[in-house]
Parts: sequence; structure tokens; C-alpha cells
Amino acid sequence: MIEKTWRDWGAVVRIGLLGGVVALYLCLTGLVGVFSDRPLITGIISLGHTLLVLAGLITGYVGASRAPAGQGRPVLGGGLVGLITGVMLALLILIGGQVNLRAVLLNASPALYSLLTFSQGVAGLWVPMLLGAVLGGLGGLIYVLPPRARRPAIWGLAALVGLGLFAGFLRTPMLTGSLSGLARFLFGPEGLTPAGALITLVLVVGGMVIRDFAEPPARKRIAALPHPDRLRLRRVAIGVGLLLGALVVLALPYALGPFVSQVVALVALYVLMGLGLNITLGFAGLLDLGFVAFFAVGAYTVGLLTSTAEYGIAQWSFWAAVPFAVVIAMAFGAFFGLPILGIRGDYLAIATLGFGEIIRILAGSDLLKPLLGGPRGILNIPKPIDGLLPGHPLAGPNQIYFLSLVCAALVAFVAIRLRDSRLGRTWMAVREDEDVAEALGVNLVQTKLLAYMLGAAFAGLGGALFAGLVGSIFASSMQLFVSINVVSLLIVGGMGSIPGVVVGAIFLIGLPELFREFSVYRFLFYGAAMIAMMLRKPEGLLPSTTIRRELHAGAEEEAPSATDAVGDAATP
Amino acid sequence: MPILTARRVTKRFGGLVAVSTLDFEIEKNAIVSVIGPNGAGKTTFFNCITGFNHADEGEILFEDTPIHRLRSDKIAHLGISRTYQNIRLFANMTALENILVGQHSHLHSSWMGAVLGTRPTREEEQRAHEEARRLLRFVNLRGQGDDLARNLPYGAQRRLEIARALANQPKMLLLDEPTAGMNPAETEEMMSFIRRLRDELGTTILLIEHQMRVVMGISERITVLDYGEKIAEGSPREIQTNPKVIEAYLGRGSAAEVPGQAASPSVSTMPAASSAG
Repeated sequence: MIEKTWRDWGAVVRIGLLGGVVALYLCLTGLVGVFSDRPLITGIISLGHTLLVLAGLITGYVGASRAPAGQGRPVLGGGLVGLITGVMLALLILIGGQVNLRAVLLNASPALYSLLTFSQGVAGLWVPMLLGAVLGGLGGLIYVLPPRARRPAIWGLAALVGLGLFAGFLRTPMLTGSLSGLARFLFGPEGLTPAGALITLVLVVGGMVIRDFAEPPARKRIAALPHPDRLRLRRVAIGVGLLLGALVVLALPYALGPFVSQVVALVALYVLMGLGLNITLGFAGLLDLGFVAFFAVGAYTVGLLTSTAEYGIAQWSFWAAVPFAVVIAMAFGAFFGLPILGIRGDYLAIATLGFGEIIRILAGSDLLKPLLGGPRGILNIPKPIDGLLPGHPLAGPNQIYFLSLVCAALVAFVAIRLRDSRLGRTWMAVREDEDVAEALGVNLVQTKLLAYMLGAAFAGLGGALFAGLVGSIFASSMQLFVSINVVSLLIVGGMGSIPGVVVGAIFLIGLPELFREFSVYRFLFYGAAMIAMMLRKPEGLLPSTTIRRELHAGAEEEAPSATDAVGDAATP
Repeated sequence: MPILTARRVTKRFGGLVAVSTLDFEIEKNAIVSVIGPNGAGKTTFFNCITGFNHADEGEILFEDTPIHRLRSDKIAHLGISRTYQNIRLFANMTALENILVGQHSHLHSSWMGAVLGTRPTREEEQRAHEEARRLLRFVNLRGQGDDLARNLPYGAQRRLEIARALANQPKMLLLDEPTAGMNPAETEEMMSFIRRLRDELGTTILLIEHQMRVVMGISERITVLDYGEKIAEGSPREIQTNPKVIEAYLGRGSAAEVPGQAASPSVSTMPAASSAG
């Protein structure tokens, strides 16, 4: 018993050391420094400090979960973890004061030290230690709270951080309207005002508490409904959700301004490509790392056909060029697909990787310069609606926003129809076991080629829109990391899941784009997100099978379950 | 008239001759077993019929069509279905979807039709779903259509695999050890099920089997393979007393002990009969 207790304390100490490493990492990569320029709550706490506070709270929470149970030991454990973390930061300050670390660690600067000690220099070494212990203890306290109190506390903190991050986007549009007073009251130029923070906290915590009381009876009432009624209710809920979503989408560019709508357009573009790759990779299981090739084909087709500058060959309208772009991308899909469909698994990934690079290098090469403009690219691609109906209300800066959303919705519709069709089932069968699928009469070449071509068509459409969105295309836009982005968003969202693609695109494309000022850390964020996903939720945020499970859960209860004559219970 | 004829079929893997100059015939509507010790080439012979492997020499005719050079999807279209020794369901798809994939050869809607939701496509889908549910009931899996295949119990998985094969409306069904890993009650059930397939659907059935109780109980004819060669052929009674068969199973000088006296439940499985053939 005693031995176990000691072992538990050992685990707590290890968590503390780990927390220290995390905190040091946050500081030394410069994250804390960069974020400290931006306030979370004006005049109270900067984003940089928030990061350290969160690190302290979370490691405290984790430490508390490892500490031996009972009599406030978890809180003590949290405090210990925080203290160790703080000591490690203090050591950094101490060493940094004696030795110049900046030769190796660029960010180990006096500015960082003064940030950590609240400008007290070496005399303030006690600050990180004390704060660490207190924060760790708080984290431990959150752990020992009963769930009813714990959840509001966690959600309140999360809302505070979230709203503080997005405050700028919310404030700017509010300032123009009649809400400007409210905006000034709630939000500073960046981050929340103290009053705003308090109100957020009260609202979220209050809301959670009310929900805790209101939810169980409501759930019970819904569960008591007969099955058809429950289905109808679900349908109504989904309908209302979609309607609200549509309203938000329509109002967004006018409410939040051009920057946010541009980000949303980019997300929609990636959703489009994600849905395309979801067919090839998610449904049919063909890992394509050269997906950007089809994107490039679509973009260059539109560029060549519509550009009014040097390399344009036809000066068509955007709308006439788009179908061509899609068809040509599809043809490229077939052209690339045929030779490599016999390749399985990892080797396919490498082959497609090669294709992607070939297209990019060709596009930027001197060889094709007379046709594609080489590194100088194709300029003066007309905007889709300006080109067709100048002065129309749909024209102007928001046209791409609406256009890409409409296209993404259309493609999602097509993808859903395909998924639920004979073809969708065949793709999944090929993904699961292609030999067996073939023995059931599936023509593998045809099926895989179709997956490849349809995926390519979606990517081509994405490229076409991109050309219209940016107005010019360069070979340097067709980087490998576009392909990697698309694969990553599928992994994060959940392979084969259509809602997952949307969620993945928002997380991996939308968020980094909104926080451009921190773009240096984009790939750090990516890497961390990927590792966390693989460890915690390898099936993705919105995996396709559980969605299916949920949808069918109701129907199954009602179905008469036949007990098996062959005696399933007696499995060997 | 035989539905399937194999003439001098040979399949080699490197230096190993898995199937050697095999002649084989199966009559329409018959139930025939292929037996033999481990490594006798039974599954390889199945693979040659279904296009998983291609015979190096000889020919295989199915209803007078040569099939030994065809890809397995073409063979499936001609009306041959199979199951696998180690169950190979589409594990992450539902039971119903597994059967729907099995119907592939008989569905014709295009992807365009699916995207546009045309009436013929919708009707075909509906018919396919009805047929799939009917097959689920046929194999006693009613109400489990929405379960993922991997979540089904072992016996149910075996039956689902047969249902998937039946969805192809096969003229001939190849069952690779359909009762492997089953207890006596389950085995009994599977035997009467196989008979039902033949009697009700008129399917010709070729099976690989190790449980002698099953082999002797349902086969009309038996073919015995050893080291890729056919060593005996005949009715269950003839096979039981064939000295060559006894030698192949029990070794030289064991002719006194007759293998698998169908009547005696104590000898239900031949020796060394648990894994790959």
C-alpha cells in the first residue's frame, strides 16, 4: 500500500518534469514571447501568459489524476506538479542570467525572463515557482471538484480563452453599427475587457448550470416518445440547424467583413478538395499524395482559357472555362490513374507524390514557359461574376465567398449521393479487401479509376475556383503542402466522413488562417494536432462509422431481433 | 452433364507443385467434397477455379466456357461464388452492405444515375435492399442488417459470408471449410443449411471440409487430394474403405484403421486437419 503511494508520487513528479519541459518548450520556441504582445483580457493578462497559465492548470489537472486519492492529496499533487514546472522555469531564468543562451536558443531573451518574473529580474525567481504551485493546485482543485461543478469551470475557462482570441473579429463589425457601445464595453482593440470577461464567465457558467438541471428531464421526455416521433424530432432539429447555418453563412460576409469571408472561402475551397480526396482515399482507400496535380490542372485550364494577359489563349468567361477545367482534370486523373492502379498501399503514395511534383516542376519549367508562363505565372484572370455581369449585386468582393460555398455544398451533395450508391459501397469493399471484392464481380480497374477520376474532378473544380479567387496563378502555388494539407484534414476530420472533411478544414485551414500573425507556428500547431489525434482519436473528430451507428441506433431497437437458431452464443 | 470440368490442371509455386495434373468434374446440382491432408492443394484448386490463381497448365471449363484465364470478377459474373477458410467479410461495413456488394454483378446503375437520383437507380436500389434483407432472413440474421460485420458473432459471420456469396445468384458455390471452428450443434445446423441451398435454390455445391462427419454426411461424391494429386474419387462409402486414402491420412501400414467411420462420433475429424490446405 505504502509502496503504491510512493509510486504514485513518483508519477506525479514525472508529470511535473514533463510539465516543466512543456513550459520551457513554449517559452523557448518563442510562442510565449509572440503571444504576449496580444492581450486576452485587456490590462490583466496577455495571450502569452494565458498559454503558461493553461499549461500550469492542465499539468496540475493531469498530476492530480495520478496522485494517490483522498484528503486533498490530488490538490497537493497538482501543486507539486506546478511547483516543479515553476522551478524549471526559474532555473532557465537563473542560467539565462549567467550564460548567454541566445547563441543557440534565439528566444531565451531578457524580454522572456522579465515576462516570466513580471519584470523583477533575478530577484523575481520566486514568481514562476509560486505561480506554478498555485496554478497547479488550482488545476488539482478542478480535478477534485464534482463533475457538476467541474464542467462549468472548464467550459468557462475555454469560453474565456476562445472569445478572447476571437474578440478582434467580433468587435470590428460591431463598431460600425448601433452596437458600437456594447462592442467597446465587451471588447478591447484586441481581447476582452475585464467586464466582458466577467460577463462571458457568468453567462457560460450559468448556462452550464441551467443545462445541468434542464437536460435530464428533457432527454427523458424525448426518450419516452415513440420511434417515429423521435425520428421526426431529429429531422426537425436537423432542419432548423441547417436553416440557422444557412442564415449565418448568408450574413457572415456582411457582419464580419471581407477578411473573415475570405478565410471562409478558403476553407470552402479546401472542403471541396477534401471531399475529392475523400472519395479516392476515404472511400476507395487509395492514398494519393499528389492531389495538388489535379488542382493545378484545373487552375491552369481556367487561367489559360480566361486570362486577358500574355498567356491567355481564348479569353472565355470563367463559367465557360470551369466545365473544361473539371473535364480536363478528370482526364488527367485517368491518365495518371491507369499506370499506377496496380500499385498497392505505400507504393501508391510514393508514385502519386512523384506525379504531384512533376506537375509543379513542369508548370514552373522553362520548357513550358511559352505556354504556361513559367515562374511568372498567368495573370489577369477575370473574377467570375465581374466578368459576366459587371455591376450586378452579386458581383464584388463577396462573390468568391458565395461561389465557393455553393460549389462546396454542391460537391458535398454529390459526394453524399455517391457514398450511398452502389458505387460508394463498391469503393468501400475495395478498400476493405480488394481480392474479395473482385471475386464478387467488382471490376477493380474500373472502380479504382472512377474513384481517381471523380476525386480529380473535385480537385480540378477547386483549382478553377482558386484561379478565379486569386486572379492569377503561379507554379509556386502548387506546392506539395497543399496535398499534405488535404490529407491532414481528412485525418483530423475522420477518413471517409463527409462532415469530418468540413470539421477538418475548419481546424487545419480556417484557424491558422484567422491567426495569421502567428503563422510561423502553423506547422508546430499541425504537428501537435496530428500527434494528439493519432494518440487520442485515431479515427478522427467525426468518424464515419460512429455517425452511422448513431443514425441507426433508433431503428435497431424497434426491429424484432431474431434469436439465432445456430446458437451464436456458443462461439468456440 | 457436368457443370464444371477441370482437365489436367497444374499449379506451381516456385518449385512446389501445389496442384498436379488434376482431372475433376462436378455434376449440376451435386454436393461434392474435396478432402485431403494439410497442404494437399485443396484451397489452391479453389483459387484456380475462382481466378485468385491461374493454372499453369490444363484447362477449367464452366458450362463449357473456359475460365482458367479469366479475372475473378469475370468468373463471378458467370455464376461462381465462394467463401473463405478464414472468414473474409468487409469488416467495417454492415451486414446488409456486405450482401449488397455481393449483388454487384446484377446491379447496373451508373454513378451519374446515383448523383442525379434517377428513378431507375432508386428502384434498383430498393429492389437490391429488399433482396438483401430476404437473404439476411434466409441465413437467420434477421434484424442484424445494420450491425457492422466485425461485431457479429463467429457463426453469424460464417452465415453472412454465405449470404454474400448467394447474393451473386451463383450457379455453383464453393465453400472453403464452412464448419471450421463450429461446435457440434452449429455444425449440424450448417449441414442442413447446405442441403437446403441445393434443394431450394438448385445451387451446385463444392466444399472443402475437414470434419468427416460433415463430409460423409452430406457429400454425394468425394475427391481426395494428396500432394496436389488426386488419389481417390467416389461415393462416401467407397472413400472410407479406399486403402490409398487411409494411407494418405494415417501413414503406411495403418490400413486396418478405417478413417472417419461416419457412424462413430469419436472419429469426427481426421488427424492434422486443422489448418491450411
